[in-house]
Amino acid sequence: MFEAILLTVSMAATPLLLAAIGELVVERSGVLNLGVEGMMIMGAVTGFGVALMTGNPFLGAFAAIIVGALFSLLFAFLTLTLVTNQVATGLALTLLGLGLSGMIGESFVGQPGVRLPRLDVPVLSELPIVGRLLFSQDLIFYVSVFLTLGVVWFLFYTKAGLTLRSVGDNHSSAHALGIKVVRIRYMAVLFGGACAGLAGAHLSLVYVPQWVENMTAGRGWIALALVVFASWRPLRVLAGAYLFGAVSIGQLHAQALGIGVPSQLLSALPYLATIIVLVLISRNRRLTMVNTPASLGRPFVPDR
Amino acid sequence: MRIELVKRPQQSALFSALSPFIAFGLTIATGAILFAALGKDPLETLYFYFIDPLTETWSLHELAIKAAPLILIAVGLSVCFLSSNWNIGAEGQFIMGAIAGSILPVVFPDFQFWFVLPLMLLMGIAGGAAYAAIPAILKVRFNTNEILSSLMLVYVAQLFLDWLVRGPWRNPAGFNFPETRSFHEYARLPEIWAESGRAHYGFAFALIAALILWFVLSRTLKGFEIKLIGQSPRAGRFAGFSAGRMVIFAFVISGAMAGLAGISEVSGAIGQLRPSISPGYGFTAIIVAFLGRLNPLGIVAAGLVLALTYLGGEAAQISVGLSDKVVRAFQGSILFFVLACDTLIHYRIRLVRPNTAPAEAANV
Repeated sequence: MFEAILLTVSMAATPLLLAAIGELVVERSGVLNLGVEGMMIMGAVTGFGVALMTGNPFLGAFAAIIVGALFSLLFAFLTLTLVTNQVATGLALTLLGLGLSGMIGESFVGQPGVRLPRLDVPVLSELPIVGRLLFSQDLIFYVSVFLTLGVVWFLFYTKAGLTLRSVGDNHSSAHALGIKVVRIRYMAVLFGGACAGLAGAHLSLVYVPQWVENMTAGRGWIALALVVFASWRPLRVLAGAYLFGAVSIGQLHAQALGIGVPSQLLSALPYLATIIVLVLISRNRRLTMVNTPASLGRPFVPDR
Repeated sequence: MRIELVKRPQQSALFSALSPFIAFGLTIATGAILFAALGKDPLETLYFYFIDPLTETWSLHELAIKAAPLILIAVGLSVCFLSSNWNIGAEGQFIMGAIAGSILPVVFPDFQFWFVLPLMLLMGIAGGAAYAAIPAILKVRFNTNEILSSLMLVYVAQLFLDWLVRGPWRNPAGFNFPETRSFHEYARLPEIWAESGRAHYGFAFALIAALILWFVLSRTLKGFEIKLIGQSPRAGRFAGFSAGRMVIFAFVISGAMAGLAGISEVSGAIGQLRPSISPGYGFTAIIVAFLGRLNPLGIVAAGLVLALTYLGGEAAQISVGLSDKVVRAFQGSILFFVLACDTLIHYRIRLVRPNTAPAEAANV
């Protein structure tokens, strides 16, 4: 029972973790992409559709990554090449994604989904307790964990990571040092889009295995909040994602038990929790100031 | 080939005026390609989208009904966006305004006097404003990101409405349908020209609000303060304006507008509360605000255009069998083109061949 709950928590946390870790890299490069929700839902509808048509959920997940990245390219072109307002453009990406996915997915509504199979790691998956939890999950779970560790390594232990952070902290200085600011940001945004796409695929191929319009239900926004909550640190994103996964699973179990609280109040808990956590974290102005990438959201036009 | 931006010495007046039209033209071209890709005749579909709804009186009334909330919300949002306050929770403020305004006709249905309606409108305004004040206060007091908190509150408001109409406010004589009792006649916002159609006074409110805010923004010190703080918070501080107070002001104004839109919609067009009272007006209004270039008079025009896409979506669904889901994709693409075209106002765009660029740089 306890093991089963932990398993569902990790299923709820994985899409949050993936989307947030991608956005973390984007924001570390100084770009604020508010289109996570839109890229995620595009990933969800693509993953579902491709898996349905080919019968191969792995192909679906792969297509979701590609579409998520392509969709983020739209944002990158506008904000990085045409230097549009990042907040407004991110909102546009979300609105477009929600609209487009509803249109594409109309014929998928009510169709039985294809689920990504569990992959057992030999021997390890038979370990007591942790075996099923850590070594008998779907592919996207493993990817999310390795990606988080990979991002830690990349950002803090490689030269390329240092370069990316320098772009996010002071794009003018980075540019003066001959660093290709716009190119690095393009790559960061594409990475974020790919992660969000895969996060969406996890929803429609593992978590729900179905297509429902607006099925991301604000998870992209929660992922954005997680990045702030984690003060731009990957391992804290991991912790935050599992915390939020626990809240959303906890409220589902409470609804199932039928305790005397309206189900709508329980459904609102993840959103209320997000606000409360944001308040608690951002209250400490100095802490946030130190951690926020200094060029976050600022427009950059290279002077030649 | 590479795209290079050259900053204009001053904003281009020509492109300031033209950019919404270029954006709209590009949207229509994209729409035509989209319709063709979906196997429909693009010209015929565009006709049903943009011309057919304008040919009949009843659909002009529907246009006014759809445009009213969009204009009201977007006009309020323009104050927020001009002052760099990102309120994206107007959908929630719309719902909360509708709920607060509905207290009298739903909870006290026997309270039937002529002043019920004005009270409802005031309560709707207060409800929307109070709900918008939450992210504003959190931002000023705790430095909380207003984008995220205002958006999260949308989901909370939707769930709160859902609970009300399924629980305590459900119509006792309504066969368990999730809806409140129908509003009595003193609680209904009257129609403007009742003989010809159902457009209600919400549209008049929208026009008045747009005029007032246009005056405030372009002719008063408050308007200057709003824009100055938005463009340069530092300069605003030197001018003695309080950025914190501006956050509260902008959010409360836009929340009040959204609340008025909410109660107008419920007391005018719908006549009761239901689990869903808005086809995403609060989010579409963001598009309206930008398409109208954050200018209240431009927003009136933009609101009519976006309202037309809602009606056009319905018309195209009936006549050429195009899914109504296409509308939202179409609306989303408008905002992209608007933002992209705004670049032309501040920058000259040049295409540069990679091999010539270094030579040019050397000459400089």
